[in-house]
Amino acid sequence: MCDTCGCNITPGNGHLVASGGKLSRTADGKAAVTILRSLLDENDLQARHNREHFDQHGVLAVNLMSSPGSGKTALLEATIDSLRNELRVAVIEGDLETENDAQRVRAKGVPAVQITTGSACHLDAHMVHDALHHLPLDGIDIVFIENVGNLVCPASFDLGHHRNVTLLSVTEGDDKPAKYPVMFRAADLMLLTKIDLLAVLDDFDPQRAEAALRNLASEAPSIRLSARSHMGLETWTTWLRQELHAQRQRLAQHNSARPAIQPDGRLMHHGTTSLVHSKYVFSRAKP
Amino acid sequence: MHELSVCQALIAQVEAVAVQHGATAVRSIRICVGPLSGVDPDLLQRSYPLVRAGTVADAAVLVIERLPIRVRCERCGLESEATPNRLICTHCGDWHTRLLSGDEMLLASVELEANDNRHVPTVWA
Repeated sequence: MCDTCGCNITPGNGHLVASGGKLSRTADGKAAVTILRSLLDENDLQARHNREHFDQHGVLAVNLMSSPGSGKTALLEATIDSLRNELRVAVIEGDLETENDAQRVRAKGVPAVQITTGSACHLDAHMVHDALHHLPLDGIDIVFIENVGNLVCPASFDLGHHRNVTLLSVTEGDDKPAKYPVMFRAADLMLLTKIDLLAVLDDFDPQRAEAALRNLASEAPSIRLSARSHMGLETWTTWLRQELHAQRQRLAQHNSARPAIQPDGRLMHHGTTSLVHSKYVFSRAKP
Repeated sequence: MHELSVCQALIAQVEAVAVQHGATAVRSIRICVGPLSGVDPDLLQRSYPLVRAGTVADAAVLVIERLPIRVRCERCGLESEATPNRLICTHCGDWHTRLLSGDEMLLASVELEANDNRHVPTVWA
């Protein structure tokens, strides 16, 4: 999906919908209305609005994604403690039910809004928008959005955040990036969590997990850490400081950032391929 | 999983297009889905009848075009077909590739119906 028009045409699929392409005409020869819009257009529009809101407050928004139980909330608790005297943090929590995670974060003295999705398996931009109405951003440096624990659906939804962080705990298996490529392709950073447990696990090889990430053509860095033993925590907070600094520099130049999930729009607008972005054609049967 | 909400977004877009063109019904909807979009075409097809019911697309056929994954190597410059968890260059084996196609989730076209006696602008694709 591109930055400008929200379309989703790439050099790889443009020929299908361009004039004369096989999607420009139906089987019985009728011309079709050509739309060329992302199915998640409405979500992306809301996400753009959310991003503007974050940007107006100079906030870096980080989306945390992983399977349930990989240690997202524990990571947040350790991160809040570590940054306490330096950066102001707020949290949006997503779960199907309960306020448990928001309560854990609030116990650390940090504002937190809990979204309970009922049965929805992911957060979308509209849910985050509603949550932002309950979360004043004045004076906040970083907003963490803890997505619903799920390695599938959250990867497809832009929430208006700036960076995706995907956690993989060492109890899960080092082939997760190969099994869930959509999720790990979306990662700007992969965190290998519960790394202190490697001492008692002989079947997780961090290098294999990192190699599986490279097989997805991802350049995302990987950090090995343990929220409990604080191993690697400094590397993680350094990454956060650098990202916040980079985001504030972009904002000073009236730019923002989007997570790793949408590389093709940039390709479109910087490439030489010329395609019609949004063409509405209405036709009757050919005489 | 989230295919139902994607399908709801699809129908909302189709309804908007139908209203914009003064259509009385939608005959077919064609979408393009790549394996890396995170949407399963079969689940989408199954949730579709539930979502279209009672809308202008009540009788519309949903055609799903499945797109292949293609990458271009930034090292050797060649293009290759790839699989979802192996996006490396098949020619030189390098992992510095750029995705050309395969993560699309795209509403490609809609075939509309209008009353015959009403003038509608005709533009050939």
